[in-house]
Amino acid sequence: MELLVSSATGVMTAVGIYLLLSARTFPVILGLTFLSYAVNVFLFSMGRLTINQPPIIGATTAGYSDPLPQALVLTAIVISFGMTALIVVLALRGFLEAGTDEVDLAIPREGGPADAGTKGDMARPQP
Amino acid sequence: MSLWLIPLIPFFAAVLPPLTIRSGRNVCATVTALATLLALALLLSHAPAVYRGEIVQTRLDWLPQIGLSFSFFIDGLGLFFATMILGIGLLVIVYARFYLSRNDPIGRFYAYLLLFQGAMVGVVLSDNILLLLVFWELTSLTSFLLIGYWRHLPEARQGARMALVVTGGGGLLLIAGMLLLGHIAGSYELSEILKRGELIKASPLYLPMLLLVLGGAFTKSAQFPFHFWLPHAMAAPTPVSAYLHSATMVKAGIFLLARLWPVLAGTDAWFLIVAPVGLVTMLVAAWIAIFKDDLKGLLAFSTVSHLGLMTMLLGFGTPMAAVAAVFHILNHATFKAALFMGAGIIDHETGTRDIRRLGGLLTLMPITATLVLIASASMAGIPLFNGFLSKEMMLEEALKTSYAGMPWLFPVMAGLATLFSVAYSARLAVRVFFGPKRHDYPSHPHDPPVGMWGPVAVLVVLVVAIGLLPALIAGPIVAHTALAVIGGPLPSYYLSIWHGVTPALLTSMGATVAGAALFLAYQTINRIRLGLPRPDAKTLFDRVIAGTVAGADWAIARSHTGSLQLYFAIILGAVVVLAAGGFWSASHGAGTRATLPMSLPAGIAWFALVAASVAAALRHHDRVFALVLTSIVGLVVSLLFLQFSAPDLALTQISVDVVTTVLLLLALNLLPKTTPREGSPLLRSRDAGIAAVAGLGVAGLAYAVMTRGFETISAYHLEQSKPGGGGTNVVNVILVDFRGFDTFGEIIVLGIAALAIFALLDHPFGRASARRLASIRFAEEARDAHPMMLVVATRALLPLALTVGVYILLRGHNLPGGGFIAGLVVAMALIMQYMASGYVWANARARIDSQAMIGAGIVIAGLTGIGSWVFGRPFLTSSFGYFSLPLVGQFELATAMAFDLGVFLAVVGAVLLSLSQISRVQQRAERSPVTDNPMDIVLAPETAMAKES
Repeated sequence: MELLVSSATGVMTAVGIYLLLSARTFPVILGLTFLSYAVNVFLFSMGRLTINQPPIIGATTAGYSDPLPQALVLTAIVISFGMTALIVVLALRGFLEAGTDEVDLAIPREGGPADAGTKGDMARPQP
Repeated sequence: MSLWLIPLIPFFAAVLPPLTIRSGRNVCATVTALATLLALALLLSHAPAVYRGEIVQTRLDWLPQIGLSFSFFIDGLGLFFATMILGIGLLVIVYARFYLSRNDPIGRFYAYLLLFQGAMVGVVLSDNILLLLVFWELTSLTSFLLIGYWRHLPEARQGARMALVVTGGGGLLLIAGMLLLGHIAGSYELSEILKRGELIKASPLYLPMLLLVLGGAFTKSAQFPFHFWLPHAMAAPTPVSAYLHSATMVKAGIFLLARLWPVLAGTDAWFLIVAPVGLVTMLVAAWIAIFKDDLKGLLAFSTVSHLGLMTMLLGFGTPMAAVAAVFHILNHATFKAALFMGAGIIDHETGTRDIRRLGGLLTLMPITATLVLIASASMAGIPLFNGFLSKEMMLEEALKTSYAGMPWLFPVMAGLATLFSVAYSARLAVRVFFGPKRHDYPSHPHDPPVGMWGPVAVLVVLVVAIGLLPALIAGPIVAHTALAVIGGPLPSYYLSIWHGVTPALLTSMGATVAGAALFLAYQTINRIRLGLPRPDAKTLFDRVIAGTVAGADWAIARSHTGSLQLYFAIILGAVVVLAAGGFWSASHGAGTRATLPMSLPAGIAWFALVAASVAAALRHHDRVFALVLTSIVGLVVSLLFLQFSAPDLALTQISVDVVTTVLLLLALNLLPKTTPREGSPLLRSRDAGIAAVAGLGVAGLAYAVMTRGFETISAYHLEQSKPGGGGTNVVNVILVDFRGFDTFGEIIVLGIAALAIFALLDHPFGRASARRLASIRFAEEARDAHPMMLVVATRALLPLALTVGVYILLRGHNLPGGGFIAGLVVAMALIMQYMASGYVWANARARIDSQAMIGAGIVIAGLTGIGSWVFGRPFLTSSFGYFSLPLVGQFELATAMAFDLGVFLAVVGAVLLSLSQISRVQQRAERSPVTDNPMDIVLAPETAMAKES
């Protein structure tokens, strides 16, 4: 079981990082989601894997899984949602403003507006 | 009186000149002078104690962890320098009042001067070497302000910058050197360090430390080859030059050498480095000074030369040489300050400082001429003036010095430097004051008001008095200062004019005659000199700076391409490399902990996850498809949590996944639906390489950890959950009780994120973005924006979903559930209304503002926490009790539940706000706004009523 979980964590990490390195915002967001999954599972697995021992106090239970990583991961899941939502909206607004969803900045070089106009209609308003 | 007031008074007083300048220049100057006088009086009040041989100390811890304390001490050396700094400072303040014109902002000048003064006093009185460094850097900064005071002059700005670069750079060396020194000595207190000379000299770190400290001292005191900044600093107003280059700034390096003399001097390294540097500086600068036509330029190089002299004397490392150095510091300060101020008077009256355009001023300005002539004679080392005495002592020491098997080197070079100094002093005196009276001055020169020549006169009186009666006037000062420098018994010496016919006297006489001859042959020699190559330090400096700037530009242009993709690849690549290093250097094989047996369902789920992940990576260009695949992965992760005994996580993950998927779908509606294939295969394989290595690393790490046993602190949480927190769901109790503060912070973060989203989307769209929004066409199948099935289903589900939400919230303390999950469920049910019926319809029916909900949630959670204060308990201490009601039976009430309610409200508000904002934007994008009534009319009214009730 441990092998399955760790390999799955690795696959999710790899896919997450691969997508994070994309040139467009939406794959980057997906990559972030993948990476969040991977990190959450990784953190969770630090409490080791146990079956049928939820950390809910009962008279008859034999043992409990480690509740601390679970609590940490629970907040992490919710915070990842907040982060994803914020980045999605940043990407959305950026796309609407710039007309492109490219990740890279178009740095206007000194001495010529050649670069400024190439991506969408970011060019400065003409006098 | 507390010692630390002395350096702080000038700092505090620095605010006064800019304030009092409104009342006139006299008031402003008086206030500045009074502040200096106050500091001087405080200082001198300690003088009797110091002269009794005591060391006055005061100490206040600042950052004891790093050894930094606000501690000061006065001994002979500190008293000597501080008196000089404050005393000459007082004269300069008076002089500047008359020197600066009406157009110069004198308030600003005095403020800078006071700041500089405070920093200098701080340097010489600091006991803690880290504190000394702070003041040292402050002198660099404040002298930058002073040198660049005439900021409209390009030379002033360039000179200031050069001074800052050189002395600031030296300051960095000094920091390193001082840290090493403190490390070697085991203390950062000078009074302690000075007692540990043997330990320091024996340390293997002595040489690097010495080099670093000398780097700081030599740059500050303009020693060769760092001498070039000082003449360029002459672009400052003359009072600044008089102050910085006679008694203060450039003497700081000398002070440092003298201060650390007991622990650094006396070794071969010290002698072999310091003495020749001083010698070369003295000789080269004196040679250059002869040919300077600018009065201040001449004086500047003469200053460099004299600093070299002092450095050389300290470098000899013998007690007698140290006495000579101390005496010369005093003498040089008096005559050089007088000369600078005199040069300023000449400039002020004649409008020029060019020696070639001056002459015959003796009859025009008799007072100034007398004063300057006396000071020049002292500079040349003519008997009866103080410069002569210390020069004799210097020659005496040089004659005794044999360097690297060359007994002639120091005597000859020192004699030559003396010769040069006679020549340049003669040139200054004769060419300016004698010769035919010139009539081409812009205005008729005459002696200035007493305020300007008075300070010069004070100094010249000292020059003559020390020259005539050295033992009486300067004897005690030199003795006590030298005692502090040497740190041991004084050598036997006698300050007097006549020591009999000694070799030093003969050298001196020969040098004087030869110097006079050199002056007479000036024209010829200058012609020869002009034929020789002369390296210009400023050109070299400018070239180095230009080269540095070009290099920085190149590096920035190469590294800051603006490509976030590239930055990110580099960052991730670096992390992967570092982590790989860490991974291989530790034991990373599989552990011995018993593993759980695999099961078929687990295998199937694993396969689904891996397949979906790989497919998402390969087929992410179809964004909707990739989103579906992502959801599959999320689902499997939820199942994983469920399988491995984390029901709370499973619930949270699945509800977050639903919300995230809806969010991404909403966003995707407005974003392009496909990702273009771009980027070279090489680039993609680089990314894939980084990703693969990272994935392998994480998998390996996770496996290595999971197969090892471990210790956890969770036993406490499991034990205390019921008796301490009043709940059986330990995860929930941790969230709302044990780690409640974290959770409190987290819901605030969530709220902020939601508000940021609101701000991002609420801000009106500009013309371009509004046009872009309007131009988004929805696909044909989406024309039916509000399918009836969905509308009916969501409205019917709403009350049910709300009930479930409340149920999950209430049971959360004891069974899987809680505020987070409940919040997500409820938010989802409400969001469904927005999706199905449209933003306009849903928003019109929303009773509670989501921002208010976030606020209420945080307030409730916060109040719950504060509530425990009422009972004298720390923030967020929970309490609970058991109550019974008829019908309901016994039940539990815990404050943690109120906290969880806060969490619940904040989550609902945050999710609702984020998603509804996106759907609002989308509404704008829809080509034909949907009216809000058709569905209501056509659909069964009871569903609507069910919602209303």
